[in-house]
Amino acid sequence: MTENDVKSLLFEILGDIAPEANPATLAGGADLREKLDLDSMDFMNLVVALHERTGVDIPEADYGELRTLNGAIAYLARTSEGLPHR
Amino acid sequence: MPALGADMESGTVVEWLVAPGDHVKRGDVVAVVETQKGAIEVEIFIEGVVSEIVAPVGTKVPVGAVLAHIGDGADVRAAASPPPPLVLPPKLAPVPSEAVTRPVAAQPAGFKVTPAARRRASELGIDPTTLPGTGIDGSVTLADVEGAALASKVVAVAPEASAPRRPGFDLAEMRKAIAAAMARAKREIPHYYLSHTVDLGVALGWLETLNGTQPVPRRLLPAVLLLKASALALREVPQLNGTYSDGSFYPGDGIHTGWAISLRGGGLVAPAIRDADKCPLPELMAAMRDLVQRARSGGLRSSELSSPTVTVTSLGERGAESVTAIIYPPQVAIIGFGTISTRPWVVGGQVTPRSLVTVSLAADHRVTDGHIGARLLNAIERLLQEPAKL
Repeated sequence: MTENDVKSLLFEILGDIAPEANPATLAGGADLREKLDLDSMDFMNLVVALHERTGVDIPEADYGELRTLNGAIAYLARTSEGLPHR
Repeated sequence: MPALGADMESGTVVEWLVAPGDHVKRGDVVAVVETQKGAIEVEIFIEGVVSEIVAPVGTKVPVGAVLAHIGDGADVRAAASPPPPLVLPPKLAPVPSEAVTRPVAAQPAGFKVTPAARRRASELGIDPTTLPGTGIDGSVTLADVEGAALASKVVAVAPEASAPRRPGFDLAEMRKAIAAAMARAKREIPHYYLSHTVDLGVALGWLETLNGTQPVPRRLLPAVLLLKASALALREVPQLNGTYSDGSFYPGDGIHTGWAISLRGGGLVAPAIRDADKCPLPELMAAMRDLVQRARSGGLRSSELSSPTVTVTSLGERGAESVTAIIYPPQVAIIGFGTISTRPWVVGGQVTPRSLVTVSLAADHRVTDGHIGARLLNAIERLLQEPAKL
Protein backbone atom coordinates (compact mmCIF):
# COMPACT_ATOMS: atom_id res chain seq x y z
CA MET A 1 0.00 0.00 0.00
CA THR A 2 1.17 3.50 -0.69
CA GLU A 3 1.43 6.00 2.11
CA ASN A 4 -1.65 7.74 0.73
CA ASP A 5 -3.66 4.48 0.77
CA VAL A 6 -2.62 3.85 4.35
CA LYS A 7 -3.48 7.38 5.32
CA SER A 8 -7.01 7.25 3.99
CA LEU A 9 -7.55 3.81 5.53
CA LEU A 10 -6.30 5.09 8.87
CA PHE A 11 -8.61 8.12 8.71
CA GLU A 12 -11.55 5.89 7.89
CA ILE A 13 -10.89 3.56 10.86
CA LEU A 14 -10.23 6.43 13.25
CA GLY A 15 -13.49 8.00 12.08
CA ASP A 16 -15.34 4.89 13.24
CA ILE A 17 -13.59 4.76 16.59
CA ALA A 18 -13.69 8.49 17.36
CA PRO A 19 -16.56 9.82 15.23
CA GLU A 20 -16.48 13.30 16.74
CA ALA A 21 -12.83 13.88 15.83
CA ASN A 22 -11.35 14.98 12.55
CA PRO A 23 -8.09 13.06 12.06
CA ALA A 24 -7.16 15.32 9.13
CA THR A 25 -6.47 18.14 11.58
CA LEU A 26 -4.00 16.08 13.60
CA ALA A 27 -0.29 16.83 13.56
CA GLY A 28 1.63 13.90 12.09
CA GLY A 29 3.73 13.47 15.19
CA ALA A 30 0.96 13.85 17.76
CA ASP A 31 0.07 10.92 20.03
CA LEU A 32 -3.19 9.52 18.67
CA ARG A 33 -4.31 8.14 22.03
CA GLU A 34 -3.80 11.54 23.60
CA LYS A 35 -5.34 13.65 20.85
CA LEU A 36 -8.30 11.38 20.08
CA ASP A 37 -8.80 10.26 23.68
CA LEU A 38 -8.40 6.57 22.83
CA ASP A 39 -8.43 4.10 25.70
CA SER A 40 -6.83 0.64 25.64
CA MET A 41 -9.93 -0.90 24.10
CA ASP A 42 -10.13 1.79 21.37
CA PHE A 43 -6.46 1.29 20.56
CA MET A 44 -6.98 -2.46 20.39
CA ASN A 45 -9.90 -1.94 18.00
CA LEU A 46 -7.66 0.29 15.87
CA VAL A 47 -4.99 -2.41 15.67
CA VAL A 48 -7.54 -5.13 14.94
CA ALA A 49 -9.12 -3.07 12.17
CA LEU A 50 -5.73 -2.26 10.62
CA HIS A 51 -4.83 -5.94 10.75
CA GLU A 52 -8.10 -6.99 9.14
CA ARG A 53 -7.90 -4.38 6.40
CA THR A 54 -4.21 -4.68 5.52
CA GLY A 55 -3.44 -8.29 6.38
CA VAL A 56 -0.40 -7.18 8.37
CA ASP A 57 0.05 -9.30 11.48
CA ILE A 58 1.06 -6.54 13.87
CA PRO A 59 3.06 -7.97 16.79
CA GLU A 60 2.43 -6.36 20.17
CA ALA A 61 6.04 -5.24 20.29
CA ASP A 62 5.33 -2.97 17.29
CA TYR A 63 2.29 -1.23 18.81
CA GLY A 64 4.51 1.69 19.79
CA GLU A 65 5.06 2.52 16.12
CA LEU A 66 1.31 3.02 15.66
CA ARG A 67 1.02 5.76 18.24
CA THR A 68 1.33 8.65 15.81
CA LEU A 69 -0.10 9.22 12.33
CA ASN A 70 3.35 9.42 10.77
CA GLY A 71 4.53 6.34 12.62
CA ALA A 72 1.48 4.28 11.67
CA ILE A 73 1.62 5.36 8.02
CA ALA A 74 5.31 4.53 7.67
CA TYR A 75 4.91 1.22 9.52
CA LEU A 76 1.97 -0.02 7.49
CA ALA A 77 3.33 1.16 4.14
CA ARG A 78 6.49 -0.79 4.94
CA THR A 79 4.91 -3.96 6.36
CA SER A 80 2.05 -4.29 3.88
CA GLU A 81 4.46 -4.42 0.96
CA GLY A 82 4.03 -7.59 -1.03
CA LEU A 83 0.83 -8.56 0.79
CA PRO A 84 -2.24 -9.08 -1.38
CA HIS A 85 -4.42 -5.98 -1.44
CA ARG A 86 -7.66 -6.44 0.51
CA MET B 1 -40.98 -1.62 32.54
CA PRO B 2 -37.81 -2.92 34.14
CA ALA B 3 -35.75 -0.79 36.52
CA LEU B 4 -32.50 -0.27 34.68
CA GLY B 5 -30.55 1.14 37.58
CA ALA B 6 -31.31 2.46 41.02
CA ASP B 7 -32.72 5.80 40.03
CA MET B 8 -34.69 5.13 36.91
CA GLU B 9 -38.30 6.26 37.28
CA SER B 10 -39.70 5.68 33.82
CA GLY B 11 -38.82 4.85 30.25
CA THR B 12 -40.35 5.62 26.87
CA VAL B 13 -41.20 2.83 24.46
CA VAL B 14 -39.56 3.58 21.11
CA GLU B 15 -39.97 0.27 19.33
CA TRP B 16 -41.81 -3.03 19.65
CA LEU B 17 -40.05 -6.02 18.12
CA VAL B 18 -42.99 -8.35 18.75
CA ALA B 19 -46.72 -8.16 18.00
CA PRO B 20 -49.76 -9.93 19.47
CA GLY B 21 -49.65 -13.59 18.50
CA ASP B 22 -45.85 -13.78 18.44
CA HIS B 23 -44.24 -16.56 20.38
CA VAL B 24 -41.51 -15.39 22.77
CA LYS B 25 -38.99 -17.23 24.89
CA ARG B 26 -36.71 -16.31 27.73
CA GLY B 27 -33.96 -13.92 26.62
CA ASP B 28 -35.72 -12.59 23.52
CA VAL B 29 -35.47 -8.85 22.96
CA VAL B 30 -39.08 -7.68 22.72
CA ALA B 31 -38.87 -3.91 22.82
CA VAL B 32 -36.56 -0.91 22.87
CA VAL B 33 -37.06 1.76 25.50
CA GLU B 34 -35.43 5.11 25.81
CA THR B 35 -33.97 5.85 29.23
CA GLN B 36 -31.46 8.18 30.78
CA LYS B 37 -28.85 5.62 29.76
CA GLY B 38 -29.86 5.79 26.12
CA ALA B 39 -31.83 3.25 24.12
CA ILE B 40 -32.00 -0.09 25.92
CA GLU B 41 -33.21 -3.41 24.56
CA VAL B 42 -35.77 -5.01 26.87
CA GLU B 43 -35.59 -8.77 27.21
CA ILE B 44 -38.32 -11.09 28.37
CA PHE B 45 -37.94 -13.69 31.09
CA ILE B 46 -40.87 -15.97 30.47
CA GLU B 47 -42.02 -18.09 27.59
CA GLY B 48 -45.42 -17.68 25.95
CA VAL B 49 -47.40 -15.84 23.34
CA VAL B 50 -47.82 -12.07 23.28
CA SER B 51 -51.51 -11.48 23.95
CA GLU B 52 -51.61 -7.70 24.16
CA ILE B 53 -49.30 -4.72 23.81
CA VAL B 54 -50.37 -2.38 26.61
CA ALA B 55 -47.89 0.45 26.05
CA PRO B 56 -47.71 1.53 22.42
CA VAL B 57 -44.70 3.22 20.87
CA GLY B 58 -44.24 6.72 22.26
CA THR B 59 -45.70 5.96 25.69
CA LYS B 60 -43.76 6.99 28.77
CA VAL B 61 -44.16 4.16 31.27
CA PRO B 62 -43.22 4.21 34.98
CA VAL B 63 -40.92 1.48 36.32
CA GLY B 64 -42.96 -1.57 37.31
CA ALA B 65 -45.91 -0.77 35.06
CA VAL B 66 -47.14 -3.27 32.47
CA LEU B 67 -45.72 -3.06 28.94
CA ALA B 68 -47.47 -6.09 27.46
CA HIS B 69 -49.32 -9.25 28.44
CA ILE B 70 -48.00 -12.72 27.71
CA GLY B 71 -50.36 -15.68 27.70
CA ASP B 72 -50.58 -19.23 26.45
CA GLY B 73 -51.80 -18.20 23.01
CA ALA B 74 -55.51 -18.73 23.62
CA ASP B 75 -56.33 -15.13 24.39
CA VAL B 76 -54.56 -13.21 21.66
CA ARG B 77 -56.41 -10.01 21.01
CA ALA B 78 -57.02 -9.83 17.34
CA ALA B 79 -54.60 -7.30 16.00
CA ALA B 80 -57.02 -5.50 13.72
CA SER B 81 -54.33 -3.18 12.51
CA PRO B 82 -50.67 -3.95 12.05
CA PRO B 83 -48.41 -2.84 14.88
CA PRO B 84 -47.75 0.86 14.80
CA PRO B 85 -44.76 1.77 12.66
CA LEU B 86 -41.61 2.73 14.43
CA VAL B 87 -41.88 6.43 15.00
CA LEU B 88 -39.07 7.89 16.97
CA PRO B 89 -40.09 10.99 18.84
CA PRO B 90 -38.55 13.98 17.09
CA LYS B 91 -35.40 14.48 19.04
CA LEU B 92 -33.47 17.68 19.14
CA ALA B 93 -29.72 17.44 19.12
CA PRO B 94 -28.20 17.86 22.55
CA VAL B 95 -27.15 21.30 23.65
CA PRO B 96 -23.48 21.68 22.66
CA SER B 97 -21.29 20.43 25.47
CA GLU B 98 -19.69 23.83 25.79
CA ALA B 99 -23.03 25.21 26.89
CA VAL B 100 -23.67 22.27 29.18
CA THR B 101 -20.47 22.67 31.11
CA ARG B 102 -20.48 26.42 31.34
CA PRO B 103 -21.05 27.27 34.99
CA VAL B 104 -23.71 29.72 35.96
CA ALA B 105 -21.82 32.93 36.46
CA ALA B 106 -22.11 35.14 39.48
CA GLN B 107 -24.84 37.73 39.10
CA PRO B 108 -23.90 41.33 38.53
CA ALA B 109 -25.30 43.49 41.30
CA GLY B 110 -28.92 44.47 40.74
CA PHE B 111 -29.53 41.79 38.16
CA LYS B 112 -32.73 39.84 38.75
CA VAL B 113 -33.45 36.24 37.93
CA THR B 114 -36.50 34.48 39.34
CA PRO B 115 -35.74 31.37 41.46
CA ALA B 116 -37.52 29.06 39.02
CA ALA B 117 -35.58 30.55 36.11
CA ARG B 118 -32.32 30.20 38.01
CA ARG B 119 -33.00 26.56 38.79
CA ARG B 120 -33.97 25.70 35.22
CA ALA B 121 -31.01 27.65 33.81
CA SER B 122 -28.67 25.71 36.03
CA GLU B 123 -30.23 22.42 34.86
CA LEU B 124 -29.82 23.49 31.27
CA GLY B 125 -26.34 24.92 31.74
CA ILE B 126 -27.39 28.37 30.63
CA ASP B 127 -26.08 31.56 32.16
CA PRO B 128 -29.30 33.48 32.98
CA THR B 129 -27.44 36.78 33.29
CA THR B 130 -26.80 36.74 29.56
CA LEU B 131 -30.52 36.66 28.76
CA PRO B 132 -32.80 39.64 28.21
CA GLY B 133 -35.37 39.69 31.02
CA THR B 134 -39.04 40.08 30.17
CA GLY B 135 -40.39 39.94 33.73
CA ILE B 136 -42.36 42.82 35.31
CA ASP B 137 -39.25 44.41 36.78
CA GLY B 138 -36.98 43.34 33.94
CA SER B 139 -36.04 40.09 35.68
CA VAL B 140 -35.24 36.93 33.75
CA THR B 141 -38.17 34.52 34.00
CA LEU B 142 -38.60 30.81 33.50
CA ALA B 143 -40.08 31.51 30.06
CA ASP B 144 -36.96 33.47 29.06
CA VAL B 145 -34.75 30.54 30.05
CA GLU B 146 -36.92 27.99 28.25
CA GLY B 147 -36.93 30.21 25.18
CA ALA B 148 -33.15 30.53 25.21
CA ALA B 149 -32.78 26.77 25.63
CA LEU B 150 -35.00 26.14 22.66
CA ALA B 151 -33.06 28.65 20.58
CA SER B 152 -29.75 27.03 21.45
CA LYS B 153 -31.15 23.62 20.54
CA VAL B 154 -32.32 24.89 17.20
CA VAL B 155 -28.82 26.22 16.59
CA ALA B 156 -27.40 22.84 17.59
CA VAL B 157 -29.41 21.11 14.88
CA ALA B 158 -27.31 22.91 12.28
CA PRO B 159 -25.36 20.39 10.18
CA GLU B 160 -21.91 21.05 11.59
CA ALA B 161 -23.06 20.07 15.07
CA SER B 162 -23.64 16.51 13.97
CA ALA B 163 -21.26 14.58 16.19
CA PRO B 164 -23.02 11.24 15.78
CA ARG B 165 -24.20 10.07 19.17
CA ARG B 166 -25.97 6.83 19.72
CA PRO B 167 -29.72 6.79 19.23
CA GLY B 168 -31.82 7.97 22.12
CA PHE B 169 -28.76 9.27 23.92
CA ASP B 170 -28.97 12.53 25.76
CA LEU B 171 -25.85 13.49 27.65
CA ALA B 172 -27.68 15.89 29.96
CA GLU B 173 -30.13 13.14 30.92
CA MET B 174 -27.30 10.72 31.60
CA ARG B 175 -25.57 13.35 33.73
CA LYS B 176 -28.74 13.61 35.80
CA ALA B 177 -28.93 9.83 36.22
CA ILE B 178 -25.31 9.67 37.37
CA ALA B 179 -25.86 12.61 39.71
CA ALA B 180 -28.91 10.96 41.28
CA ALA B 181 -27.23 7.59 41.77
CA MET B 182 -23.99 9.03 43.13
CA ALA B 183 -25.76 11.52 45.42
CA ARG B 184 -27.82 8.67 46.82
CA ALA B 185 -24.66 6.59 47.34
CA LYS B 186 -22.91 9.41 49.19
CA ARG B 187 -26.04 10.15 51.24
CA GLU B 188 -26.97 6.61 52.24
CA ILE B 189 -23.92 4.38 52.05
CA PRO B 190 -21.25 4.63 54.76
CA HIS B 191 -18.30 3.82 52.52
CA TYR B 192 -14.99 2.53 53.78
CA TYR B 193 -11.96 2.51 51.51
CA LEU B 194 -8.91 0.27 51.22
CA SER B 195 -6.14 0.14 48.69
CA HIS B 196 -3.31 -2.22 47.94
CA THR B 197 -0.39 -2.22 45.50
CA VAL B 198 -0.05 -5.36 43.42
CA ASP B 199 2.98 -6.53 41.43
CA LEU B 200 1.81 -7.39 37.90
CA GLY B 201 5.25 -8.43 36.61
CA VAL B 202 4.37 -12.11 36.38
CA ALA B 203 0.89 -11.53 34.96
CA LEU B 204 2.05 -9.11 32.25
CA GLY B 205 4.96 -11.37 31.29
CA TRP B 206 2.56 -14.28 30.93
CA LEU B 207 0.17 -12.15 28.90
CA GLU B 208 2.92 -10.97 26.57
CA THR B 209 3.97 -14.55 25.86
CA LEU B 210 0.38 -15.60 25.27
CA ASN B 211 -0.38 -12.64 22.99
CA GLY B 212 2.76 -13.40 20.99
CA THR B 213 1.16 -16.66 19.90
CA GLN B 214 -2.25 -15.18 19.11
CA PRO B 215 -3.51 -13.37 16.00
CA VAL B 216 -4.36 -9.70 16.58
CA PRO B 217 -8.11 -10.11 17.19
CA ARG B 218 -7.59 -12.79 19.87
CA ARG B 219 -5.08 -10.92 22.00
CA LEU B 220 -5.99 -10.02 25.54
CA LEU B 221 -5.73 -6.72 27.36
CA PRO B 222 -4.43 -6.59 30.94
CA ALA B 223 -7.90 -5.41 32.01
CA VAL B 224 -9.31 -8.88 31.39
CA LEU B 225 -6.89 -10.35 33.95
CA LEU B 226 -7.87 -7.71 36.48
CA LEU B 227 -11.57 -8.36 35.96
CA LYS B 228 -11.22 -12.13 36.16
CA ALA B 229 -9.06 -11.98 39.29
CA SER B 230 -11.66 -9.69 40.90
CA ALA B 231 -14.49 -12.08 40.06
CA LEU B 232 -12.61 -15.10 41.41
CA ALA B 233 -11.67 -13.22 44.58
CA LEU B 234 -15.35 -12.40 45.16
CA ARG B 235 -16.04 -16.14 45.25
CA GLU B 236 -13.83 -16.28 48.32
CA VAL B 237 -15.39 -13.17 49.86
CA PRO B 238 -19.07 -13.38 48.90
CA GLN B 239 -20.05 -10.75 51.48
CA LEU B 240 -18.97 -8.10 48.96
CA ASN B 241 -21.02 -9.48 46.08
CA GLY B 242 -24.70 -8.58 46.25
CA THR B 243 -27.09 -5.79 47.09
CA TYR B 244 -28.38 -3.99 50.18
CA SER B 245 -31.94 -2.92 50.67
CA ASP B 246 -34.38 -2.42 53.54
CA GLY B 247 -31.73 -3.06 56.14
CA SER B 248 -30.56 -6.38 54.75
CA PHE B 249 -27.81 -7.72 52.54
CA TYR B 250 -28.88 -9.98 49.69
CA PRO B 251 -26.04 -12.10 48.29
CA GLY B 252 -25.78 -12.13 44.49
CA ASP B 253 -27.15 -15.16 42.61
CA GLY B 254 -23.84 -15.28 40.78
CA ILE B 255 -20.89 -12.97 40.28
CA HIS B 256 -22.23 -10.51 37.75
CA THR B 257 -19.58 -7.82 37.50
CA GLY B 258 -20.63 -4.42 36.29
CA TRP B 259 -17.85 -3.18 34.02
CA ALA B 260 -17.55 0.60 34.09
CA ILE B 261 -17.34 2.01 30.55
CA SER B 262 -16.81 5.68 29.90
CA LEU B 263 -18.60 7.00 26.85
CA ARG B 264 -16.85 9.23 24.37
CA GLY B 265 -17.86 12.81 25.01
CA GLY B 266 -18.95 12.09 28.59
CA GLY B 267 -21.08 9.79 30.63
CA LEU B 268 -20.61 6.37 32.12
CA VAL B 269 -22.41 3.04 32.19
CA ALA B 270 -21.56 -0.17 34.02
CA PRO B 271 -23.39 -3.06 32.39
CA ALA B 272 -23.01 -6.56 33.82
CA ILE B 273 -20.92 -9.43 32.57
CA ARG B 274 -22.85 -12.35 34.02
CA ASP B 275 -20.96 -15.09 35.86
CA ALA B 276 -17.63 -13.45 35.08
CA ASP B 277 -15.90 -15.85 37.51
CA LYS B 278 -16.84 -18.80 35.29
CA CYS B 279 -15.89 -17.15 32.02
CA PRO B 280 -12.62 -18.25 30.34
CA LEU B 281 -10.30 -15.32 29.51
CA PRO B 282 -10.87 -15.23 25.71
CA GLU B 283 -14.66 -15.22 26.19
CA LEU B 284 -14.38 -12.58 28.89
CA MET B 285 -12.28 -10.41 26.58
CA ALA B 286 -14.84 -10.84 23.81
CA ALA B 287 -17.65 -9.96 26.24
CA MET B 288 -15.85 -6.79 27.31
CA ARG B 289 -15.22 -5.68 23.73
CA ASP B 290 -18.82 -6.37 22.84
CA LEU B 291 -20.12 -4.42 25.85
CA VAL B 292 -17.91 -1.43 25.12
CA GLN B 293 -19.04 -1.40 21.52
CA ARG B 294 -22.73 -1.65 22.42
CA ALA B 295 -22.45 0.84 25.27
CA ARG B 296 -21.10 3.38 22.81
CA SER B 297 -23.36 2.64 19.88
CA GLY B 298 -26.57 1.80 21.74
CA GLY B 299 -28.04 -1.64 22.19
CA LEU B 300 -27.35 -2.52 25.81
CA ARG B 301 -29.90 -5.00 27.16
CA SER B 302 -32.15 -4.57 30.15
CA SER B 303 -30.68 -7.57 31.97
CA GLU B 304 -27.20 -6.11 31.67
CA LEU B 305 -28.17 -2.88 33.36
CA SER B 306 -30.37 -4.28 36.12
CA SER B 307 -28.32 -7.22 37.29
CA PRO B 308 -24.76 -6.25 38.39
CA THR B 309 -23.91 -7.57 41.84
CA VAL B 310 -20.67 -5.58 42.09
CA THR B 311 -18.78 -3.08 39.90
CA VAL B 312 -15.20 -3.14 38.65
CA THR B 313 -13.64 -0.01 37.20
CA SER B 314 -10.25 0.17 35.52
CA LEU B 315 -8.77 3.54 34.63
CA GLY B 316 -6.78 2.13 31.72
CA GLU B 317 -3.39 3.11 30.43
CA ARG B 318 -3.85 6.86 30.37
CA GLY B 319 -5.66 7.12 33.69
CA ALA B 320 -4.35 7.97 37.14
CA GLU B 321 -2.45 6.01 39.75
CA SER B 322 -5.45 5.01 41.83
CA VAL B 323 -9.20 5.53 42.12
CA THR B 324 -11.36 6.03 45.20
CA ALA B 325 -14.67 4.96 43.72
CA ILE B 326 -18.28 5.49 44.76
CA ILE B 327 -20.52 2.46 45.18
CA TYR B 328 -23.39 2.15 42.71
CA PRO B 329 -26.47 1.50 44.84
CA PRO B 330 -27.88 -0.97 45.76
CA GLN B 331 -24.55 -2.77 45.31
CA VAL B 332 -22.25 -2.98 48.32
CA ALA B 333 -18.79 -2.75 46.77
CA ILE B 334 -16.78 -1.36 43.89
CA ILE B 335 -13.28 -2.48 42.97
CA GLY B 336 -11.03 0.03 41.21
CA PHE B 337 -7.77 -0.41 39.34
CA GLY B 338 -5.44 2.50 38.66
CA THR B 339 -3.12 2.76 35.68
CA ILE B 340 -0.46 0.07 35.47
CA SER B 341 2.94 1.75 35.78
CA THR B 342 6.56 0.85 36.30
CA ARG B 343 7.72 1.83 39.76
CA PRO B 344 10.42 0.72 42.21
CA TRP B 345 9.48 -2.38 44.20
CA VAL B 346 11.32 -4.72 46.53
CA VAL B 347 11.73 -8.25 45.22
CA GLY B 348 13.96 -10.69 47.10
CA GLY B 349 15.55 -7.90 49.15
CA GLN B 350 16.43 -5.83 46.06
CA VAL B 351 14.79 -2.66 44.82
CA THR B 352 13.85 -3.31 41.24
CA PRO B 353 11.56 -1.72 38.61
CA ARG B 354 8.25 -3.62 38.37
CA SER B 355 4.87 -3.12 36.72
CA LEU B 356 2.53 -2.24 39.55
CA VAL B 357 -1.14 -1.50 39.87
CA THR B 358 -2.98 0.02 42.81
CA VAL B 359 -6.24 -1.80 43.44
CA SER B 360 -8.79 -0.13 45.66
CA LEU B 361 -12.02 -1.16 47.26
CA ALA B 362 -14.91 0.99 48.38
CA ALA B 363 -17.38 -1.06 50.39
CA ASP B 364 -20.56 -0.56 52.38
CA HIS B 365 -19.87 -0.51 56.12
CA ARG B 366 -23.46 -1.56 56.85
CA VAL B 367 -22.58 -4.94 55.36
CA THR B 368 -18.87 -5.57 55.94
CA ASP B 369 -15.85 -4.27 57.82
CA GLY B 370 -12.36 -3.47 56.64
CA HIS B 371 -11.11 -6.91 57.60
CA ILE B 372 -13.34 -8.53 54.98
CA GLY B 373 -12.37 -5.89 52.44
CA ALA B 374 -8.67 -6.54 52.99
CA ARG B 375 -9.25 -10.24 52.40
CA LEU B 376 -10.66 -9.42 48.98
CA LEU B 377 -7.70 -7.26 47.99
CA ASN B 378 -5.25 -9.92 49.20
CA ALA B 379 -7.09 -12.58 47.22
CA ILE B 380 -6.90 -10.42 44.06
CA GLU B 381 -3.16 -10.01 44.60
CA ARG B 382 -2.65 -13.75 45.08
CA LEU B 383 -4.73 -14.67 42.03
CA LEU B 384 -2.79 -12.26 39.83
CA GLN B 385 0.45 -14.06 40.72
CA GLU B 386 -0.80 -17.19 38.96
CA PRO B 387 -2.24 -15.83 35.71
CA ALA B 388 -2.36 -19.22 34.00
CA LYS B 389 -5.04 -20.28 36.48
CA LEU B 390 -7.30 -17.31 35.74
